[in-house]
Amino acid sequence: MARVNLVVDGTRYVDEVPPRLLLVQYLREHLGKVGTVIGCDTGNCGACTVLYAAPDGRAQAVKSCSMLAVQADGGEVTTVEGLAAPDGTLHPVQQAFHEHHALQCGFCTPGMIVAAVDLLREKPHPTEAEIREGLSGNLCRCTGYENIVRAVQAAAAAMNGSGAATPSAPSQAAPVEEAAPTTEVAA
Amino acid sequence: MTTVAEPEIGRARLRKEDRRLITGQTRWTDNITLPGMLHLAILRSPYAHAKITHIDLSAARTQPNVVAAFSGADLDNQGTLACAWPVTEDMVAPTYLPMAVDEVRHVGEPVAVVVARDKASAVDALEAIQVEYEPLPVVLDMEQALQPGAPLVHASAGTNRCYHWVFDSAEAGTGGSFAEAEAAAEVKISRRYVQQRLIPAFMEPRSVVVDPSGGEWTVYSATQIPHIVRFLLAATTGTPEHKIRVVAPDVGGGFGGKLAVTPEEWIAFAVSTKVGRPVKYTETRSESLLSAHHGRDVIQDITLTARRDGTVTGLHVKLTANMGAYLGIVTPGVPLLGAFMYNAIYKIPAYRFECTGVFTNTTKTDAYRGAGRPEATYAIERMMDELAAELGLDPIEVRRRNWIKHEEFPYTTVAGLVYDSGNYEAATDKALEIFGYDELRAEQAARRASNDPVQLGIGISTYTEMCGLAPSRTLGALRYGAGGWESVSIRVLPTGKVEVISGSTPHGQGHDTAWSQIVADQLGVPFEDVTVLHGDTRVAVKGMDTYGSRSLAVGGIAMVQAAEKVREKARRVAAHLLECSPDDLEWRDGAFRVKGNPDQAKTIPEIALAVFAAHDLPDGVEPSLDAEATYDPSAFSFPHGTHLCAAEVDTETGRVTIRKYVCVDDVGKVINPLIVEGQIHGGVAQGIAQALYEEAVYDESGNLVTGSFAEYLLPSAADLPSIVADRTETPATTHPLGVKGVGEAGTIAATPAVVNAVVDALRPRGVTDIPMPMTPERVWRAANGSNAGSGQNEGGAA
Repeated sequence: MARVNLVVDGTRYVDEVPPRLLLVQYLREHLGKVGTVIGCDTGNCGACTVLYAAPDGRAQAVKSCSMLAVQADGGEVTTVEGLAAPDGTLHPVQQAFHEHHALQCGFCTPGMIVAAVDLLREKPHPTEAEIREGLSGNLCRCTGYENIVRAVQAAAAAMNGSGAATPSAPSQAAPVEEAAPTTEVAA
Repeated sequence: MTTVAEPEIGRARLRKEDRRLITGQTRWTDNITLPGMLHLAILRSPYAHAKITHIDLSAARTQPNVVAAFSGADLDNQGTLACAWPVTEDMVAPTYLPMAVDEVRHVGEPVAVVVARDKASAVDALEAIQVEYEPLPVVLDMEQALQPGAPLVHASAGTNRCYHWVFDSAEAGTGGSFAEAEAAAEVKISRRYVQQRLIPAFMEPRSVVVDPSGGEWTVYSATQIPHIVRFLLAATTGTPEHKIRVVAPDVGGGFGGKLAVTPEEWIAFAVSTKVGRPVKYTETRSESLLSAHHGRDVIQDITLTARRDGTVTGLHVKLTANMGAYLGIVTPGVPLLGAFMYNAIYKIPAYRFECTGVFTNTTKTDAYRGAGRPEATYAIERMMDELAAELGLDPIEVRRRNWIKHEEFPYTTVAGLVYDSGNYEAATDKALEIFGYDELRAEQAARRASNDPVQLGIGISTYTEMCGLAPSRTLGALRYGAGGWESVSIRVLPTGKVEVISGSTPHGQGHDTAWSQIVADQLGVPFEDVTVLHGDTRVAVKGMDTYGSRSLAVGGIAMVQAAEKVREKARRVAAHLLECSPDDLEWRDGAFRVKGNPDQAKTIPEIALAVFAAHDLPDGVEPSLDAEATYDPSAFSFPHGTHLCAAEVDTETGRVTIRKYVCVDDVGKVINPLIVEGQIHGGVAQGIAQALYEEAVYDESGNLVTGSFAEYLLPSAADLPSIVADRTETPATTHPLGVKGVGEAGTIAATPAVVNAVVDALRPRGVTDIPMPMTPERVWRAANGSNAGSGQNEGGAA
């Protein structure tokens, strides 16, 4: 067994873990943080994406299936469960995913949201192409990515004001429970 | 209680499901941890076909933390996993044991299971299992499998032919004779198309937890079909049905791939019974790609006859369909679901369809988004482009000349189906306008004239499909084992909140939201006051689950019928409370109102509280507003649409870039436009993926080469275009809600749009076909000399 001492979603944990334990398994099985999921076994799908900051570094997106728990010793992990504010206010990326119907089954969603948070830190005003490229490590089978791209554009605008790439979607001023209509319907 | 002013139906309501999904408060099956729960690891056959001559679990049983290990012989009374669709009387239905005993017939077939205190110990112990195999000849190619003397997948069957099924419009009395059409044909085009094997690849790996405590079994499973799992587990384990509860918690996508009663579910059930403790099995992605059922894998030989003016006179479809090594629940019937759709939107007068199902030493095929209808749409939409090219006609024009006109609905097709409504003209005109068809054709011409190394192609797909599975009588006539009804119960609680208990089992489709919208309108209660329950056979006791784009088209009607029953019960109580006759009341603006005196009103919540107290109910009225309805549809649902794809083809690299993808779909009355659009986006993405990226490939030994996401190419956001989706709305006429199904439509439409575009780009070079997926290599080869087309034309051009 090996000892790990790390912060996850703002709380410090000290644990004995098998050296072979993956970070994603540590989160799910030892901490009960089931929001982060396992979608594949080859590091391709990105469903396990979390933010990780090494002791001397800044946070970046990592695939927690491709990292051992012991490698996170001394560092700081943020999962999808640590994005909202303590009072429950959603992170702008979470809010945008909701407003733009950027999720269906929800399985890829935590990883996709975290990856998008990381993308927007690096590129606060991404073009559509940069969004698609930036999220190419996160697979989704349900949405066809169309609304995910719109959501990230809207989140960029919400977080970074003017100068964002123009969203191709309804404005973020839409009321909370309903999206502004985007299509005409002809009988 | 305030009444709801604006109707919910048609509103782009944001989803109720989202909050917990975007904050990680999810309930996937793999999250479940129960006291004393053990973990399973399954040893799978490395051979595509072999006898098991010896299996020794003794070393495995002594590995650290291992509680037990079982071979197929150790699992008593393995019943056969059921195929629910014996499509013909003489169909070969092989014994399908959940765990192999004497013989394995595909790579990945379960051979042994280890039960341990933790997953890692179980997986480690697999390596201590000793199995001796005697390899047997492997047959992978369908046409070879049908040859006399071919190795047999099932020796006792004496053949690899599972079934042969025919529909002939002349014999059925629904149309003319194809043989006569062929004899008289002015134009005849024959093509062979291959629907490559695909993998549904839902993002959540399958997982099952079985809890055998208390003399009853609770099965948590990432399944689309908890009700069917319950029924079939009871039948195949000998356990009384009422002792089994099946719960589908959150399910991360299905696409037909979780429409199954799996060996793993059966094994988990049997093992939990043997050890007397809860057990969990969660597959790895590699296991999933290998052993969860695959889709498509059909060879299509198509012949179309026509007159020189472009009028189609006949269609012959001959399918060779790969069953795989065993039959899943609907495996043999999947190609037949497409049988009635090859004639598509066209008034084809003579039609013959035949399908031969074939066993091979591969993973079984079964339902995958569209299930038979993408194949059908692909074939006919490719052939219409071939006909246009042959006759020098515009491909849109050829379709116009043959499709059912708006004023001709309802229309009985040559396949014997009655299409209730549709408007192919409106959808096509709208799509062409949004797409900028004329400008793109002009650009195409310019690029051709200048011999641009990057050519532009335009692909069209005008489709319809049959969904809303299904009228039970039709299913019975097709020999499917179950019916196609759906059931909904509505409970009005004393505080006025409403529970909708739905027999559907969503896995991403947003039923919680859309059903709330429908019932909010039906009962005049706020959207937020409705809660939808599903997926648990102890709660939603009756249902036929979710697949085949049926939950709204069938379940939605049951919901409306149940709501009507609630209102009828409520009316009598309202009349009593308002001291008038029930006939003096009208249901308006979310309440029962006295005619001419609308402020004299009672809402459903008010009535529910009075019913709960039951202090003053009219005689003969039971103290309950709750109602249930089970609806059997009278007809299939026929959404339709027009998809247009503009593809740039780089003839120097073979790379295809979709420049523009526009779709106009008509799914009848729309409940929630966000959800409809999302289903179209996702469906189109899978259709594009079949055209460009995905293929499940076996090597000559029967190993799945595409065994991980590194080789099986699910597209990412960088691999797909932006999808422009719009709608027309032509209501269904076979039920009061006017809705049609949408879940599979995008996938059904998209693949031929993309392939037609690439072929269109390269037609001047003599290309008439490119096998799917159209990899850069295949496109380059086609563009640079080897005509990948495989078919002949007869008859002269116009």
